[in-house]
Amino acid sequence: MSSMPPARFEAETRGGAATIGKAVKVVGQIFSREDLYVDGEVEGTVEALEHKLTIGPNGTVKATVKAREVVALGNIQGNVEAADKIEIRKDAKLTGDIRTARIIIEDGAYFKGSIDIVKPEPAKAAKASGPAAQAAPASSAPAVGSSSDTKR
Amino acid sequence: MLEPLKDFFRGSLGRQSGGGPLSPSNGVRIPLNGRGGGMEPAALSSRKSRGLEEFFVQIRDTSGLTILDLGGATQKNVSFITDLGHRLYSEDFLRILNEAFGAEDTAEQTNPGRIEYFLKQTLDYPEGHFDGVLVWDVLEYLNPVLLHAVVERLHHIVRPKAYMLAFFHSDDKQEQVPSYTFRIDQLNSLEISQQGMRRPAQLYNNRSLEKLFGQFESVKFFLTRERLREVIIKA
Repeated sequence: MSSMPPARFEAETRGGAATIGKAVKVVGQIFSREDLYVDGEVEGTVEALEHKLTIGPNGTVKATVKAREVVALGNIQGNVEAADKIEIRKDAKLTGDIRTARIIIEDGAYFKGSIDIVKPEPAKAAKASGPAAQAAPASSAPAVGSSSDTKR
Repeated sequence: MLEPLKDFFRGSLGRQSGGGPLSPSNGVRIPLNGRGGGMEPAALSSRKSRGLEEFFVQIRDTSGLTILDLGGATQKNVSFITDLGHRLYSEDFLRILNEAFGAEDTAEQTNPGRIEYFLKQTLDYPEGHFDGVLVWDVLEYLNPVLLHAVVERLHHIVRPKAYMLAFFHSDDKQEQVPSYTFRIDQLNSLEISQQGMRRPAQLYNNRSLEKLFGQFESVKFFLTRERLREVIIKA
């Protein structure tokens, strides 16, 4: 556990998602219990297991990423697990190995790595679309055991 | 042959589509950037591919194979390969080639340090890792020194009895050839979009290709009507 205090940042909202703005850098672990939009810089790990993670066009993520759904418009370096699907949009750049149930790659996207298509387990799939998932609290957990560096 | 395909593989001698590069006779410099060069892709055309059919004959009945695609990631190829139950690795070989050596000059492709860097960026995999490699046309743009290093590395990273599919233009009069993105349409057909013109580092006949892949178990050719050799190489 780091002696540094947990990171705190004001989560803006963007269409119902918490946002890490383009002038923000986070080093450490991010666990999110709502949809998350990263347009800044993140190093470490990002987990939004039951939610959607969007890496905006200015976003740079050097991290292991786990989410229900990942949409990449910016830059990701690291392995990505997306339980439902991953979209790699035009001009996005992803270097790393992908495990997902479904993948969408637009022309013009850059991808280097491996793709494993894993069919979702029926129980998990049902849970993800069930009422429990809908009722998840809409707040981002602060980074745990991490340091953060915020630049504005 | 379908009309749109009539001149498809004729390089600078053939017709260019409206959005494609201009011919040298127009006095306009042809951009030599291939895939990854940021050009707007031309319209898709489709064509039968005996080489692709042969490749899939070898891999379609077994799931869980590991396939390497050197043409960069496209939705069609990713879906096609993974729907067969295989794991796909993607490398945008020409883009990294451009970044490592520049798009227009093959002279730097003899630099041992750069060759090592390039191999580290594109083909840094364990011995015997792949059951198949979709090489497409990327080997045409390598100068002999780099080409032999790449072929040797390919031989190292494929398992014995693995298959590779490579394309080579067969017209030895061409100074520049179109480079394409290849998308798998069916087991025996491809969608092709031209990405630009490139100067091939060398042109090949059957004998030179047999020599190039001499350390592999066998080399099989399919000569198409579009002056393109499709080559199946068995490790």
